[in-house]
Amino acid sequence: MSANMVALAYLIAAVLIIFALKGLSSPESSRRGNLFGMIGMLIAIVVTLQLPGVQNYTWIFAALAVGGLVGGSVARKIPMTHMPQLVAFMHSLVGLAAVLIAVSAFYDPAAYGIADAEGGLHLSSRIELFLGTFIGAITFTASIVAFAKLQGLVSGRPVTFKGQHLLNLLLGLVMVGAGVVFCMNQSWDAFLLMLAIALVLGVLLIIPIGGADMPVIVSMLNSYSGWAAAGIGFTLSNNMLIIAGALVGSSGAILSYIMCKAMNRSLFNVLLGGFGGEVAAAGSAASVGDRPVKAGAAEDAAFLLQNARSVVIVPGYGLAVARAQHALKEVVDKLIASGVQVRFAIHPVAGRMPGHMNVLLAEADVPYDIVCEMDEINPEFAETDVALVLGANDVTNPAAKTDSSCPIYGMPILDVEKAEHILVVKRSLSVGYAGLDNDIFYMDKTMMLFDDAKKACEAILKALD
Amino acid sequence: MSQSVMDAAEAATQAGSQAVDSADPFILAFTVFVLAIFVGYHVVWNVTPALHTPLMSVTNAISSIVIVGAILAAGPLEMNIGTVLGLVAVGLAAVNIFGGFMVTQRMLAMFKKRQ
Repeated sequence: MSANMVALAYLIAAVLIIFALKGLSSPESSRRGNLFGMIGMLIAIVVTLQLPGVQNYTWIFAALAVGGLVGGSVARKIPMTHMPQLVAFMHSLVGLAAVLIAVSAFYDPAAYGIADAEGGLHLSSRIELFLGTFIGAITFTASIVAFAKLQGLVSGRPVTFKGQHLLNLLLGLVMVGAGVVFCMNQSWDAFLLMLAIALVLGVLLIIPIGGADMPVIVSMLNSYSGWAAAGIGFTLSNNMLIIAGALVGSSGAILSYIMCKAMNRSLFNVLLGGFGGEVAAAGSAASVGDRPVKAGAAEDAAFLLQNARSVVIVPGYGLAVARAQHALKEVVDKLIASGVQVRFAIHPVAGRMPGHMNVLLAEADVPYDIVCEMDEINPEFAETDVALVLGANDVTNPAAKTDSSCPIYGMPILDVEKAEHILVVKRSLSVGYAGLDNDIFYMDKTMMLFDDAKKACEAILKALD
Repeated sequence: MSQSVMDAAEAATQAGSQAVDSADPFILAFTVFVLAIFVGYHVVWNVTPALHTPLMSVTNAISSIVIVGAILAAGPLEMNIGTVLGLVAVGLAAVNIFGGFMVTQRMLAMFKKRQ
């Protein structure tokens, strides 16, 4: 293949990858889009394998096979509740791969055809290598920490200490300094120092961030992994890598923005961290008080649901923790069969990552056309007979609209309080992530069902018969 | 596509014609980079929020396009630190490519319409 043919094949691969993302604009086109993505990736790999410099086929195919087997078996078995961890884990692999490629390019520039006359690197290649390496290294260790927090290997509590941000700033400056020295004289010492600091920084940047903010962090690391790929693309002067990296980078950035907006936090505020720490303390201090609540039994709930014309279900992550999706689906089927209009209302931060709740409901065979986004469903609450809140709390708290002193003030919420009746399934009157009491629990039209989400759904199902 | 993308495309054509004289390859690569960010911006805003999790897993697979660099690093027949690192990177990227596309496929297959 001539160099021009190679470049054109890479262009086709890049276009196919754009189609993969474009397909995600609707569930119908998404499966075909994913197929385009796979074909694009296949073209990219095959074209690269036939390049003249690539001869080590036995080992390369062995590495491909091992990696493919591991990736394939994980993809088949992973429970959908574990998607955030999987994604964080995969980000770390991209980061590590980018670092390894950068080190290898520095070790043997000739393999990439980017060596200068003396076998060293051009200044521009050194700068690109520096950027690619430190972004990759930060992505690697930061994703490992995010993975450990999401998997519950370490506590999700933010780790903060005095002078944390100053320390990070100093380390960042030393890292950039080492990078500049590397760019000037190609010193291995400077390169390794820069790499080591970047690895440590990745950890330090994530430990102050609490579990509730992980959706933002996972999106942000998604973005970093794209920039790292684009960095490698610059080093290799390969447009396809640059395009793919830029697509992923902007995708992650947009998701971070959407998540921040859904929590009414600035990205800067999330990155500074600490959220959820003082909150946990405030939560235990805030006395739930002796305000009267109306508690009911599953039979009462079933009666209310059966006699409604329209029901909107607000699921939260508590639903997934209790593995109640399938029992809930049966309740929904029964209600629909008896002529009740049932819809789901999804808050953007309902799960542990963007769109997580939609996947969990899809897994339980809930058809996607009765699952509505917040902006779509909010005007409908006023016409709704029963709003059923399952394992959600903060995202329904009207204090976010009225009480300017509360920590979630300004966060967009689901207007559950406008429904005719409210049914809340909750294990106790404990507070949510933000450590706040929720006024909807104490409203006259609210009935509380104190139970685990799964047991509650099963009991309601039984009562519906 | 929106006006901004068209403007950007025009800018690219101009950058291309300048390349005949002198433009550094880096500038050309940078041009592609900036345009791709615009494309990404427009394509991703059109992704329905219901599919944001598959979007993340598929972008995970896509960023593993770095496998191209890993294969080049692993390419030479004589083994040294450089090729070994390259091979490890090939393996890691392969985990992501297979894992990312397959888990995305698995998720997308779950999204069904009402019968």
